[in-house]
Amino acid sequence: MTPVQAIIAKELRGYFVSPVVYVVGAIFLLIFGFLSYLYIVYAGYQAIQIMQMQGGQAQLNLNDLVFRNLFASMRFVLLIILPILTMRLFAEERKLRTFEFLMTSPIGINEIVAGKFVSVFLVFLGLLGLTGLVPAVLMLFSDFDWNPIWTGYLGMTLLGALFISVGLLASAITENQIVAAFLSFGILLLIWLISGLGTLLGDTTLGQVISYVSFMDHYDRLVRGMIDTKDLVYFFSGLVFMLFLTHRAVESTRWK
Amino acid sequence: MIDVQNITKRYGNLTAIDRVTFSVAKGEVLAFLGPNGAGKTTTMRILTCFMPATEGTATVAGFDCADQPLEVKRRIGYLPETPPVYQEFTVSEYLTFVGRMRGMVGKNLTTAIDQSIEKLALGTVRQRLIGNLSRGYRQRVGLAQAVLHDPPVLILDEPTVGLDPKQIIEIRDLIKSLAGSHSVILSTHILPEATAVCQRVVIISGGRIVAEDTPDQLSARLRHSEKISVTIKNPPDNSLAALRTIPGILNVFQGQSAGTFLLECALGQDKRDEVARFVIANQWGLLELRTISMTLEDVFLQLTRHEEGITPHADTVTELPTTTQETAS
Repeated sequence: MTPVQAIIAKELRGYFVSPVVYVVGAIFLLIFGFLSYLYIVYAGYQAIQIMQMQGGQAQLNLNDLVFRNLFASMRFVLLIILPILTMRLFAEERKLRTFEFLMTSPIGINEIVAGKFVSVFLVFLGLLGLTGLVPAVLMLFSDFDWNPIWTGYLGMTLLGALFISVGLLASAITENQIVAAFLSFGILLLIWLISGLGTLLGDTTLGQVISYVSFMDHYDRLVRGMIDTKDLVYFFSGLVFMLFLTHRAVESTRWK
Repeated sequence: MIDVQNITKRYGNLTAIDRVTFSVAKGEVLAFLGPNGAGKTTTMRILTCFMPATEGTATVAGFDCADQPLEVKRRIGYLPETPPVYQEFTVSEYLTFVGRMRGMVGKNLTTAIDQSIEKLALGTVRQRLIGNLSRGYRQRVGLAQAVLHDPPVLILDEPTVGLDPKQIIEIRDLIKSLAGSHSVILSTHILPEATAVCQRVVIISGGRIVAEDTPDQLSARLRHSEKISVTIKNPPDNSLAALRTIPGILNVFQGQSAGTFLLECALGQDKRDEVARFVIANQWGLLELRTISMTLEDVFLQLTRHEEGITPHADTVTELPTTTQETAS
């Protein structure tokens, strides 16, 4: 087992022996299930209405009525859930003074940051995998296009990775877990809300730049089933940038 | 093995350590003595590459701490002030993690774990969660972590804190057994510890090294005169003046109890013979006669009391030895 794998194993263990993953996971899945239920029932009503107005069999479009809305709502859920998972990563190590051990171990900061990122990402992927039950069950009763589902999941994975990297950065800045969580909420909400500013500024250069920085448009296109290199570049560059900042933040603690 | 040249560390305006220079040979055990905030931990953190020095160079086993931190880290076992343990791990899981972090695998790792568990007598708590262990056990787990990969250099920040007297002796024996094959730096504020396990003592105060020597040499340097304690059964009223007439005796003080006197004579002279003969000739009744040597404790107090550093042969004569432990000679 390499040091990075050792860190991943250690972090995963930390998650699963504490109640964090169970509580966060349960709430995440509950919200996902509840939202699915709401959208499906809503879709059902709409179908009945259409039938009454037009008569005959209405084609129920689950992609538009259920999954698109569901995936769009997940932005907010992930924004709440992921900072709770990431807040402990560095803050706890610093509080418990195990940070000194990590930093004096013969591995680079890159490896520490990578190990910690991968461990949360795996937890997140596990939770996301469990949500796959919803489309799997719906498949038994209805027909829908799987392509937007795949891109929606790709979008959630990329969005989650970005959120985790922001959370990792916040955790590296402070040794207080609550502060770390709120810091990541704050940063993520800000990135979210500036898209409004971008819309306001419209088609000017500044407006376009601001719209690009926000994850809204990029995520939206993936949810609608479009895979654009521009969006993938956005998510990957954002991720790398945040991990780089985390590296700098961890490095800078050595100077204080 | 360890070479530190003119290391300075500043935190903003605060100078934590100021031009610290010392070295540790292979197999040597060096004690770092100093009051809280003297810069012991800062120096150790620089040596372990946890933080860089503002100025100066530190090398461990020939590798520069600033340029080749990974090589340095590989050769160091480090016990920080607070043992760096994970509460939710059992002792053996924790040591496995530590070993893997240092690139140990397979049989190598399991034998290393068994050895360090045996060295630190952790066998009975092997499968228990570290979070449920007492302070002393955690400290020992921290030490087990430091010696796990059998590093040539050990840096121990107050290794015996939180241990009971029996455990302290065990840990000291362990450190002594490491001497010869390992270079050890340990910081402590318990002075007998330094005398017990170390060949050399560095006293640091206010971020500066104020003295560096063997424990014996240090106390000798700080003694400005030889002192003799004499206890007399029937001292006459004028005994102070009478004792002063003995040739070679420079000064006489009344001791703590009646009949006890402290006699000062020039450094390097032993006047016990003369004093004994004088007392017996006067038929005062000689009960006790011995020289007084300073313990490291007194040296430490004296050295760190003067911020400017020491001038060993200046006028910092020991006060009346109320705190001085007296050793029979």
